[in-house]
Amino acid sequence: MAIEKPYLDIPGTIVFDADQARLGYALNQFAMSLMHAENRERFLADEGAYLAEWDITDDQRQAVLDRDFNRLLELGGNVYFLAKIGATDGLSYVQIVASMTENDADGHAAMMVAGGRPVDGNRYLHEWEDRS
Amino acid sequence: MNARISAALFMSHVPAIGVAVDLARTDEPYWQPLFDGIRPAREWIADNPPDVVVLVYNDHGNAFSLRMIPTFALGMAPSYEPADEGWGPRPVPTVDGHPALSAHLAQSLIPAGFDLTLVNEMTVDHGLTVPLTMMFDQPAAWPCRVVPLAVNVVQHPAPSGRRCLELGKAIRAAVDSFDEDLTVQVWGTGGMSHQLQGPRAGLINREFDHDFLERLVADPEGLADVPNVDYLREAGSEGVELVMWLIARGALADLGGGPPPREAHRLYHVPASNTAVGQLILENSPA
Repeated sequence: MAIEKPYLDIPGTIVFDADQARLGYALNQFAMSLMHAENRERFLADEGAYLAEWDITDDQRQAVLDRDFNRLLELGGNVYFLAKIGATDGLSYVQIVASMTENDADGHAAMMVAGGRPVDGNRYLHEWEDRS
Repeated sequence: MNARISAALFMSHVPAIGVAVDLARTDEPYWQPLFDGIRPAREWIADNPPDVVVLVYNDHGNAFSLRMIPTFALGMAPSYEPADEGWGPRPVPTVDGHPALSAHLAQSLIPAGFDLTLVNEMTVDHGLTVPLTMMFDQPAAWPCRVVPLAVNVVQHPAPSGRRCLELGKAIRAAVDSFDEDLTVQVWGTGGMSHQLQGPRAGLINREFDHDFLERLVADPEGLADVPNVDYLREAGSEGVELVMWLIARGALADLGGGPPPREAHRLYHVPASNTAVGQLILENSPA
């Protein structure tokens, strides 16, 4: 019997469960390696060469080069590990988070100061499909 | 005289709060309301100092990678160094542990049915150090010992609220049977509503958060039955950290038939970076 995943109908959200973790294991371990300063330097000096040392898929490799965090989430990345890629680029958490949304960093920060993204209209997938 | 739990504290552990202190930005207009808001908590703890804090938090891919994912990991060490999370380690003191209490907790909680992972060597990230900063500011050394209890809320499934509350009850029984004169606080950290990932990032749910605070005080048994999907949907994908608050709540005596706790402090503030900040102090009323 399949595992029930009631969280799959939350819009704009990929819950990092054990299946996502299976897809993204090498990707997240690559990101984890950037906790070490010498690895950050090696990665920035030659991203392609550094990524070639990791058993990640072509899609994952391209999404890292593109810094496409939403794509990386789909491909099994977890935001806490992906944040280490952003940190390596010198980005703040707000900048990393904003890059996944419709806002730029200033717009995102302004939305947060104004109280954040409201939950109404943002609970279920069908609410996002209805509005398009 | 045995150890006793004097209070449960609950608070967010937003990394940006730590950065604001580390970089002396707490007087900036953005941060001033938050730091004004936590001042009563700092005054309270000056009057009610703990010898040891059992500090419930989650690691954010720093001490633990995905190589091993313990659901409940108890720190056993004499000390814990702050982690380098990618921006360099926070400039905060080494965290001193309490190995004898850790050993007692392991020997009490595992036979009671909580199959903890025991960790002799680990660093501690902002999940543990930011609450210490919120309560104690910038001392040369932390004024108490800390027993870290790391909970996996990063890779799902995370433990249920019910499991967390029951673990808290077992922690109270274990602390009460520790044969040393110690004042112990249990801190539950993380939350409140926030989402750091995907196009829905930035979600805040004030109504959920306020209801959570009310029920945490007055209806913890009912709150423990809220399924994790409700946190994910209503409080954001990272808002599920709030289940950790139920561990601290479970450690208060009223859930073992004692009188209700006394609320000493409550704060709610939006935002700190991407997150709604909550802080609550409940003084234990021993039976």
